[in-house]
Amino acid sequence: MLARRIIPCLDVAGGRVVKGVKFLDLKDAGDPVEVARRYDLEEADELVFLDITASHEHRGTIIDVVSRTAEQVFMPLTVGGGVRTVDDIRALLKAGADKVSINTAAVFRPEFVREAAERFGSQCTVVAIDARAVPGTPGRWEVYTHGGRKATGIDAVEWAARMEASGAGEILLTSMDRDGTRDGYDIPLTRAISDRVGIPVIASGGVGNLEHLADGLTAGGADAVLAASIFHYGEYTVAQARDFLRDRGIPVRPKTTAR
Amino acid sequence: MSPRNDAIGVVDYGMGNLRSVGKALESLGFDVKVTSDASVLDGCRGLVLPGVGAFRDCMENLRKGGLLPFLSDYLSQGRPFLGICLGLQLLFSESEEFGRHEGIGFLSGKVVRFPAGMTEPRQGGGERRLKIPHMGWNRIDVTMDHPVFDGIETGSSFYFVHSYYVVPDDPAVVAARSSYGIDFTAAVGLGNRLAVQFHPEKSQSAGLRLLSNFGRLSREAG
Repeated sequence: MLARRIIPCLDVAGGRVVKGVKFLDLKDAGDPVEVARRYDLEEADELVFLDITASHEHRGTIIDVVSRTAEQVFMPLTVGGGVRTVDDIRALLKAGADKVSINTAAVFRPEFVREAAERFGSQCTVVAIDARAVPGTPGRWEVYTHGGRKATGIDAVEWAARMEASGAGEILLTSMDRDGTRDGYDIPLTRAISDRVGIPVIASGGVGNLEHLADGLTAGGADAVLAASIFHYGEYTVAQARDFLRDRGIPVRPKTTAR
Repeated sequence: MSPRNDAIGVVDYGMGNLRSVGKALESLGFDVKVTSDASVLDGCRGLVLPGVGAFRDCMENLRKGGLLPFLSDYLSQGRPFLGICLGLQLLFSESEEFGRHEGIGFLSGKVVRFPAGMTEPRQGGGERRLKIPHMGWNRIDVTMDHPVFDGIETGSSFYFVHSYYVVPDDPAVVAARSSYGIDFTAAVGLGNRLAVQFHPEKSQSAGLRLLSNFGRLSREAG
């Protein structure tokens, strides 16, 4: 049976992990490569690097981070943030990324997703959706761009279906209402999109404890759960998360025996 | 006769992330040549055919690069070979991905898509739709005693990303199976040749073990 995935997310700016990472036994907690190695040892199922570098001139640094990580860490690597052109994607894949996540650029020019999928394959074309509940209208969510600052008027569930039809291979779904709250994923949103599309959905935004991960996978119907702070601050290891989910009867990857 | 070298060749035909498999082999201490030059590849001790993307595009690129005759010869000689993902599917006679397309045809059989509408029981009742692509970690059942599976037990998990799977005409070539809605072939083996549907270069320690086994086989038999 296919295991549900546990995916730590690293926010990277100027070549460093930001938002603070507090692994005690790391020499340099801000080096994304070292953090990636730590998650590799913990047998995280995948890693996501989110490039939050504000200016385009610093794009080269994320390429360098991906390239250095891919030399040492042999697990699936997704890179998102500021991906606007086919050349951006090519450069990231060449550096060693396996998947590239497209967000704002998909809203501005939806054909970009189809171009990416045709050129590089759906398997490496992830569409990131930042969604916020529409006040006073239960069961409706709106797509936001620019890191959740700009409303688009687009219905998030319809948008997910449209992105699937355009060739997206996976949806990375973040609730902007829950992001940073530690109140748990937006379960109705996650469930609505997971039920609507036939491609895998990664739940994101709001994780504060391991129960939230289980909720995202069961009630939310997600195929994978993404989390940042609960792992970065050392509250839980990926192994603890996996054991917790297994105890709940959720299919997770067994610990590797081959060494 | 091509000049011999001690490297493992990785066939570069312009598709996907070739860096990872080369880097993984290098991290294990093997020399690697990533190239599209058939005479350099022919001089290597072992050959890796990776592949990400669409079947048709990959075949087209191999054809344009003049690599098809070389690959057919290499495979027929029984030298160490490792196919990965599309590098497994391309070995077969035909694929139904986006129409009907001929493969290398080293093995007879076909490449078919996971059926639509597969489900599994949902926790707490009801059915849950299985998503396509089959993406993530799944366990394999090793069914062949093959040197490249040395130390890799049945039940080990590997990382898969695919929407199509191979159906060999001859069940004797099946080296590992996995299950996603249906049972499917996760690896085929024939002598020193092995081809896997999953990505060892993305499968952490189990994948590195497999690549290390292949590197050793290449040193000994290549």
